[in-house]
Amino acid sequence: MRAFYGTELANPLMLGTAQYPSPAILAQAFQASEAAVATVSLRREGADGAGNAFWQMIRKLGVHVLPNTAGCHTVKEAVTTAHMAREFFETPWIKLELIGHTDSLQPDVFQLVEAAKILSDEGFQVFPYTTEDLIVGERLLDAGCKVLMPWGAPIGSGRGLNNTYALRAMRAEFPDTPLVVDAGIGLPSHAAQAMELGFDAVLLNTAVARAGDPVLMAQAMAGAVEAGRLAHTADPIEPRDMAEASTPVIGKAFLS
Amino acid sequence: MKIILNGEPREVSAQTLAALLDECGLSRRVATAVNERFVSADARGTVDLQDGDRVEVLGAMQGG
Repeated sequence: MRAFYGTELANPLMLGTAQYPSPAILAQAFQASEAAVATVSLRREGADGAGNAFWQMIRKLGVHVLPNTAGCHTVKEAVTTAHMAREFFETPWIKLELIGHTDSLQPDVFQLVEAAKILSDEGFQVFPYTTEDLIVGERLLDAGCKVLMPWGAPIGSGRGLNNTYALRAMRAEFPDTPLVVDAGIGLPSHAAQAMELGFDAVLLNTAVARAGDPVLMAQAMAGAVEAGRLAHTADPIEPRDMAEASTPVIGKAFLS
Repeated sequence: MKIILNGEPREVSAQTLAALLDECGLSRRVATAVNERFVSADARGTVDLQDGDRVEVLGAMQGG
């Protein structure tokens, strides 16, 4: 697996921490998923200290923490959020989200590139949530990103990989860059497909957290990314239009 | 002095950001910003608050 800013992940699954029925189920889902990375965010802290309790729980998971800038719509707020996250979570990693459209949560790639440049220059290790656009990918790499995270489909939609053609093209265009399908995964088959395409990891949240049984779905996702990873390594056959008999014809008895 | 703390108007006596956190029971692991500018933990004691300042105090939260 390609390294993420020098860090080799033990497992190609990155799992979000939102929307679980309870903290206990979140912890069990992480265990079942074998995820190597947990995404987290920063929100207003109340007098109840809920943020600290959550942070203690995440630390106990023993995974890499990837803070996000979810919900940010401007370069300024994303950059400020990143500064706050770096201090709080004590990591240079930042999942850079700059939302451009309210309904689709599509990234605003113009602001994304701008913010990525500012943060990379300041020593952040940026994981940009982007589209599958190759030129945007180039610009993000020029800005200093060493990871790209194209969406599979809109966040939380569970639609899977909307544009496998473009994702395949990304893999071919950026052979040395770690690529992560971030968002849109609904089923283990979607996650497996991303890995079969040669992606280095899959980042998902809703598919597990909102499943009827999150822990079981986490286990299913773990199996899926492993199957997909193995399949890509195994060099799969190319699809063809016509049948090709797998059973040898030679030696077949004459019985008609 | 009246400030806006996490979006809510609040009458406080604290003169610095560090004192404000003490006064409001938020002296723990948090990240802070004043008037949309990040203030690092070690700078909180040196940031004087002004009437009308907008203070954000953030903690860890679930995220995707």
